[in-house]
Amino acid sequence: MNKVYNNRAWLLILPMLLLVAFSAIVPLMTVVNYSVQDVFDTHTRFFTGTEWFEATLNDPALQAALLRQFAFSFTILAIEVPLGIGIALLMPKQGWRASAVLILVTLPLLIPWNVVGSIWQIFTRGDIGLMGWSLRELGYSYNITRSAVDAWATIVLMDVWHWTPLIALLCYSGLRSIPDAYYQAARIDRASRWAVFRYIQLPKLTNVLVIGVLLRFMHSFMIYAEPFVLTGGGPGSSTTFLSQSLTTMAIGQQDLGPSAAFSLIYFLIILLVCWVFYTAIMNLQKDKQERGG
Amino acid sequence: MSDSLPTTPEAVRRRAAAMAAKRRRQARPAVRQWRRTGLMTAYIFFVLLPIYWLLNMSFQSNSEILGALTLWPSDFTLEHYAKIFTDANWYMGYVNSITYVLMNMLISIVVALPAAYAFSRFKFIGDKHLFFWLLTNLMAPPAVFLLPYFQLYYTVGLFDTHVAVALAHCLFNIPLAVWILEGFMSSVPKEIDETAFIDGYSFPHFFVKIFIPMIRSGIGVTLFFLFMFSWVELLLASTLTSTGAQPIGSVMTQTKGASGIDWGALSAAGVLTILPGIVVVYFVRNHIAKGFALGRT
Repeated sequence: MNKVYNNRAWLLILPMLLLVAFSAIVPLMTVVNYSVQDVFDTHTRFFTGTEWFEATLNDPALQAALLRQFAFSFTILAIEVPLGIGIALLMPKQGWRASAVLILVTLPLLIPWNVVGSIWQIFTRGDIGLMGWSLRELGYSYNITRSAVDAWATIVLMDVWHWTPLIALLCYSGLRSIPDAYYQAARIDRASRWAVFRYIQLPKLTNVLVIGVLLRFMHSFMIYAEPFVLTGGGPGSSTTFLSQSLTTMAIGQQDLGPSAAFSLIYFLIILLVCWVFYTAIMNLQKDKQERGG
Repeated sequence: MSDSLPTTPEAVRRRAAAMAAKRRRQARPAVRQWRRTGLMTAYIFFVLLPIYWLLNMSFQSNSEILGALTLWPSDFTLEHYAKIFTDANWYMGYVNSITYVLMNMLISIVVALPAAYAFSRFKFIGDKHLFFWLLTNLMAPPAVFLLPYFQLYYTVGLFDTHVAVALAHCLFNIPLAVWILEGFMSSVPKEIDETAFIDGYSFPHFFVKIFIPMIRSGIGVTLFFLFMFSWVELLLASTLTSTGAQPIGSVMTQTKGASGIDWGALSAAGVLTILPGIVVVYFVRNHIAKGFALGRT
């Protein structure tokens, strides 16, 4: 669409800008302010420069949490993206079945995050949970409060349960926008099921998948409530992710300076990864378009 | 004639094989359909299993829950639901949550509509940077804003009010609303605006009377997403409230009594947090697919 150049559009933006600035810029500047100072009380404070940043970057506990965070985010992306595409291909396209499946698939997305934690806590407990109890009956000593492997696997399973629907629904909407004529042409050409997927469906899914992967990466990087309720970050610190480390530091220990520095680094990492991913995808598409003419 | 009956045993066999192959070919789509249905059912089963368990627990008495594992409540009870609906601590949690969610939806949509229109129709100084900055707010971890929000709202005297949570959720909900609405608005041809202005409509009149009705499915879907993200967020909501505006999520975390966790009440409360979502998704079920692609398919 050709847009008209008109700076009066700023007037339309203004209310939104004021509100978002109030809830984004003011707090963010507070964080920046704390990150370079050592605050004792409201009147005593010292300028510390980059000291907190250095301390945060060199903290082995936080480095471990960051690595765990990356491992977690990439694990769930590797599972949820292919699974989501698969589910989207299986979802019925018309009729009451389509509506019913749509509502059922959306269900996990609409449950408050701490309730998701509670549901899985109830589901996986060894004494009262269906899954925990069944696994024990089958002879596997399943215990998420003792075994780091069990805790980790359960959190991944919970996240797959919780968020695969997002990818599935995004892909489903992408698939629905493919005109029937494409499939008819493929049938005339006697294209195999795989060729239809590879050359018709997948290219149409690129856009929605970019949104999906970005959203999933962002959200998984901020995950807090679900593991907090389910495992409390344990056993040990095997499932303590960045958000939880930060919350403990900021609210639990009231370490203003270090937690502010940590916040900024945390935010910048998310921004950086999203930017790199986005630019890479966009360049890839541009290349493709140029090659295609 | 090729359709004449076969005469030699060899020909009979060949013909039978050909017929069988033909039948197999015809049956194949049906088999594939069954496989699709089977796999889909398996996935739905996986989605519903933990929810079924939650429901099952919510109808059992606490002694039954802790006693033996039963797949179906043997002494069916509504005591946990009764408790939630009669205890003000419990049901006020729901009232509070719904209050701030509705406030947030209203604030977000009102400021996002004109902003999204500006982004979809005009070029102006800094538009791309502004849009990118908006999206970075979606990427901001709530944990980062925890402490400054607490101090900010405490200073301006909004701590423990519904407005505080509604405003805090604007951080990610307004950018999301602008993003989705911009997609829907860009699919409305610009000629409509021009025709309306030639016909003498003023901008506000055109916007409210013509433009908004044209994108009402987009607005419905946007409201759905606003509801969803405000309803499920808890970290900010519980930090900014203590007793007056406490969301249901943080009421639930306080069920640990002297005798351990009240599993039955926790399950019943969990079931009740799922219901509003089902109601909302039912209303937008026909537009939701487009909405998930942010109006861009």
